[in-house]
This record gives sequence, structure tokens and C-alpha cells, in this order.
Amino acid sequence: MRPECRTRGAGRRYRPRQVTSCVSGMGKTLYRKIWEAHSILEGQDGQTLLHVGRHIAHDGSYHAFEFLRERGLRVRRPDQMFATPDHGVSSRSHDIAAITDPEQRRVVELLAKNTHQFGIVHFALDDPRQGIVHVVGPEQGITQPGLLIACGDSHTSTHGALGALAFGMGASDILHVMATQTIWQQRSKCMRIAIEGIPSPGVTAKDVILAIIARVGANGAFGHVIEFTGTTIRSMSVEERLTICNMAIEAGARAGMVSPDDTTYSYLHGRPFAPQGEQWDKALAYWRTLPSDVNALYDRELTLDAGGLAPMVTWGNSPEDALPVDGLVPDPAAETNVERRAYMLRTLDYMGLTPGTPLEDLLVDQVFIGSCANARIEDLRAAAVVARRGRAVVPTLVVPGSTQVKLAAEAEGLDRVFRDAGFTWGESGCSMCVGMNGDVVGPGKRCASTSNRNFVGRQGKGSRTHLLSPAMAAAAALTGQITDVRKWLA
Amino acid sequence: MAGVTMEAFTTLTAIAAPLDRPNVDTDQLMPARYMRRPRQDGFQTFLFRDLRFDDAGNEIPEFVLNQAPYRKARILIADRNFGGGSSREQAAWCLSDFGIRCVIAADFGDIFYLNAMKCGLLPVRLDLHICLDLRSQLHAHPGITVTVDLPEQRVEAPDGRQYEFTIDAFHKRRLLEGLDDIGFTLRHEAALSAFELGYRQRFDWLFDYER
Repeated sequence: MRPECRTRGAGRRYRPRQVTSCVSGMGKTLYRKIWEAHSILEGQDGQTLLHVGRHIAHDGSYHAFEFLRERGLRVRRPDQMFATPDHGVSSRSHDIAAITDPEQRRVVELLAKNTHQFGIVHFALDDPRQGIVHVVGPEQGITQPGLLIACGDSHTSTHGALGALAFGMGASDILHVMATQTIWQQRSKCMRIAIEGIPSPGVTAKDVILAIIARVGANGAFGHVIEFTGTTIRSMSVEERLTICNMAIEAGARAGMVSPDDTTYSYLHGRPFAPQGEQWDKALAYWRTLPSDVNALYDRELTLDAGGLAPMVTWGNSPEDALPVDGLVPDPAAETNVERRAYMLRTLDYMGLTPGTPLEDLLVDQVFIGSCANARIEDLRAAAVVARRGRAVVPTLVVPGSTQVKLAAEAEGLDRVFRDAGFTWGESGCSMCVGMNGDVVGPGKRCASTSNRNFVGRQGKGSRTHLLSPAMAAAAALTGQITDVRKWLA
Repeated sequence: MAGVTMEAFTTLTAIAAPLDRPNVDTDQLMPARYMRRPRQDGFQTFLFRDLRFDDAGNEIPEFVLNQAPYRKARILIADRNFGGGSSREQAAWCLSDFGIRCVIAADFGDIFYLNAMKCGLLPVRLDLHICLDLRSQLHAHPGITVTVDLPEQRVEAPDGRQYEFTIDAFHKRRLLEGLDDIGFTLRHEAALSAFELGYRQRFDWLFDYER
């Protein structure tokens, strides 16, 4: 047996974090600063016990509540926990009876019951603050710079756009966070992706992150958190940064982050759960200490020229299978790697694609505009610009990311634009991204989708998903095929 | 039951099944539509649901785990990027409830990797070429066994070759002893409470909100 396994016990192996001074003027990354601010104990085994600043729960967190009850435990810090139902809620109506699947209805009801029992803030189905957890957190100001945020959903990386360290976890860790307000972790490496340049019209945050994933690979950032930097990121709105960080997980990263700046602070100012008055000044002073130091060292660095990008579309069953919209379905015969060729053959078969076909020739059966990747107000505005130009020729579902987004869109008249174009206007939730609420893509059907995963069966058994931006999705709705939105915007 | 308490893992010699595909994401391991089932009912029937069974619920004979020697497999040898995607721990419960105790792959989805160890399922990272070689040995001798030795951090292939793997000491110890996470953490109650007090003072604005 190896020596590290011989000893155990609380006292000797774990000690409080020692305050570290900067060695020879070396700076710290945003990640490192948040890590240190939440580190309770450090073990000789490389593990650190981290305090969880805020925990966000949803209807899918119900197993962890069951485990908690079975073990006679309670939620340790209910005032650090927030919840809203999203995965299983109906896009037709937020009446609980509209959830036709009894299992989904039960867990939405259980979320209300559990949060009430433990005294947790809960934005219920009929609450105007309800929505997808990753849309609601930033929107309500629950997500703030410098926070360590955990949530039982892989797209928790989204919250990093405001300068938080945020990651997803499974039921056992949710239980652990509920019972102890902590999580054990090994510190990740830090990868800097500098995004430079001004994207062409029609090229959005979604296209940028798809291009990054295509380059890094679907698990290429394993063991890392990614910090996105560069002129493109700095000129992006918080909503665009949320789209970027949302899909950091699709490159295999534990988290995606953006150092906070004035864009972040003005986004947060006045939001319901953001600090106010003197508290705001105090928080702001702290937040300003968080951005990565100029001399911080990264374990990996990469630069992307956003100026040279075209709108992106995926052809396969992994988000890394992204190509410029003017590209062709790839040919496995040209692939020298045997394993990769086998993957491509199986994928093309599943997706019903012929090598060499222009992506723009692909006919779609339906369109979905929604999800935590792309269902905020700016996404809906971008889709509406295109939707004004015609009428949908295939079924098109628009599902706002939150009830607040829905209300804001309706106040601007976007719902009328979509309805006039023949799109279906839904109630907020995860909807067709994960296909748990009855909104699914049929077997063998091709869907242009603004969501974040094109996995086999993700949007429904046998579904064929092509990931793209909201404007590109709207264009596909009007033409019934993958369409280069730049032609529509010209 | 995995997911609440877990079975300790030491050394396992068992039939290994080859899974010849990359990017086996958690949606393939367990489709989302079964995610709300009660834990105590078991998740083994949902494992690879859409790859193992057709629409009528009949087994698809081509799928590896439906083939005679592999029905009792306890080790799965996969390819690259195993378990990427959703954070659903149910994907690990499916494997564990089916009887799989170890998955060998070139790399794993980050959250799956952590979830697996929470329910006593050992994820082993070996180079892609080794995974390929192991799978070709399995194809040549269906039903042959592989040994996974956690204390020594070693995999013994059917041809007798041995491969070392890495795992951090914290998770190794938990797996070896079937340790309970929460009980372990709460041993540090004094440190937890002291930290919380300081945190609440330093970041008091986080605790001053209107519901």
C-alpha cells in the first residue's frame, strides 16, 4: 500500500490555509483569489475544503433533498441557498397542472415543499422571478463577483461571466453542500483564452464559443478552469459573456470565468439581490480587487481571432463538431485517424448526413430558440431582428430563459414579432434543450437549436441537433434550412 | 445503495467489456427522461437505455452489454471523453447498479469523474493507445478478465502487461475505505464554524437581502 493511504484522521492531515504572500512579485488569477477567499482547510493530499458562498437548486435537486431527509440532516445555511424550478416545467403554462408527466410534476412540487421546510428563497412556478437557474442567478443579482457558486447542473459555469467561480455537481455533492455548505476540491489549472478583435456582423458570442470548443476539443480543457480575456470579451455585454461561460463546460473545463469590470458592475447595480447603498460601495471596493493581476501566470494560454470568424453550426454529436456555416459536411474518407473516422461514420449515419454537402443545404424540421446558452433578452432581440423579415416555414419554439425575460420581451413587443412570424411563444424553462418537459425533437427530425448540446438523443430519442446562434436559428425558421444569417442582415 | 453510502473498492478481477466509441456522454449513459426516478428503485435498467433497447423494450443484440460474455461485466473499457456533459449522478448510478465497478478510458468528463467515485465506481485514466490495445484483447478473447488494483494503482491486462494509473490520495482513500464524505467533513466542525463567522462578517452584504 502506498504511504499516503496509511494515515488518516482529522487533526493531522488538514490545516487552515496559510496566507500566502506573492512570490517574487508573481500576481494571482481571479480563480486563485476566489479560491483563497473560500478555502477553509488544505490537506496534504491536495484537497481543499471550500466554503460554498451560494448554492442554487432546481427541480432536479430532489434526490439530494431525499438523501438529506433519509440521513436525518438539515440544510446547514439556508440563507445561502436559492431555488427555482426549470428543467421539468411546461412551456405552455406555468400552472402546475400543465406538467403532464407525474414524475416531473412531483419534483417541482417537492422543490416548493423542501424549500419551504428549510426556509430557502424559492422562486416558484407562479413567481415573476422564476426561470432557468443560470438566467435567474445573474438577473436577480444573486450571482456576484468573487462568489463561489455551486449548483447541481453542469452549465453552472455560466455564472463565471460575472467574475464568480461557479461549477456543477452531482447529487452526492449537492447533499454535501446542503449539509455542510462546503465542497472538497483539488485546485484546477488555469487556462487563459484571449479573444481578440471585432467580430463581423452576424457573428455572436455563440459563434465565438463554438469556434473555441472546436479548437480546444470537447474535453480539451479537462482539469482547467478557463479565464476568458481579450478585447472582444471586454467589449461584450454581460449577457454575451454568459453565453461564452455557459459553454466552457462543453470544452471540458470545470468553470469559465471573466474578470469583473465596469460592465459587470453596472449590470449588477440595482438588481434585487445585489448590495445597495453603503453595502454596494463596500462590495464594489472588494470586487475591484478581484480581476486577475497583469503578471498572473497561467498554465495554458490560447488566443482566438474573433475578427476572422464566420457564424458557426455543428454537424455532429459533440459541440466540438462545429464548422463555419459556409463549410461542408466533413468527409470521413479524408480522416486519417481510424478512431476519429469511425466516430464520424457513426455520427453522419445518426445525423442523416452525406459527406460534402454544404451545411447551408441542410433542411431542418424544427427550430428551438431558448436554453441557458441563449434565452436572455439580447438573444431574443437578435432573433426578432431576423423574424421580422418573414414567416416560419417549420415549427419554431421560442422559450425565454426566465419569466423576467419573457415580461421584458413582451414589453418591447418581441412576442408579437415572433407570433406574427408564426413562432410559438412559450413560458420560461429549460424546455427543448434537455427535452424533459415534453418539448422534444422527434426521432430522425433535424432541429436548428440555440441550446448547448447536440448529443445523441439529447433533445429527444433520435433527435438530430445543429447548434447555432439565435439569429441563425431565426433565419433557419424562415427558410427551413441552415442559413447564413449574414445574407439576411446585409 | 450507491449515492448515499458506498461499497469499498480494493482489487477487482472481473470480465471487462469493450465500448468502442468516443464521447459517451451522460445523455447516452442515461437519457434525461428517467432522471426523476426514486433512487431506491435502482437505475440499472436505464443504463445505455437507447443503445441497449429498441422502442418496444427489446434488447438490441449488437450492443456489447447484451452479448453473453459481457452481461456479467464489471469493468468497462471505453475510449476518449467518457461521461462528458450533464452533471447527473444518475449516469454513475446506472453503471454501478448494473454491476460495473470500474470504467477505464483515456479521459473523463470532470463532473462524471467526481460523481463516479462518490458511488464507489472507479474511473481509471489510461492512455488512449492502451485503451485501444486492451479493447482489442477483449475482442480477441470475449469474456476474458482484467484486474484493477486500486492500492497499487495498477491495471493488469489479459496479456499480463501492467499499467499504472494516477488517482489523488483523497479519493483513493475514500474508495478504499468506503468513507462517508459528510461525516468526514463534519469532523472539522470547529474550522467550519469559525470560517463561516469570518465569511459572514467580511461579506456581510451577501446576507443582507430582501426575500
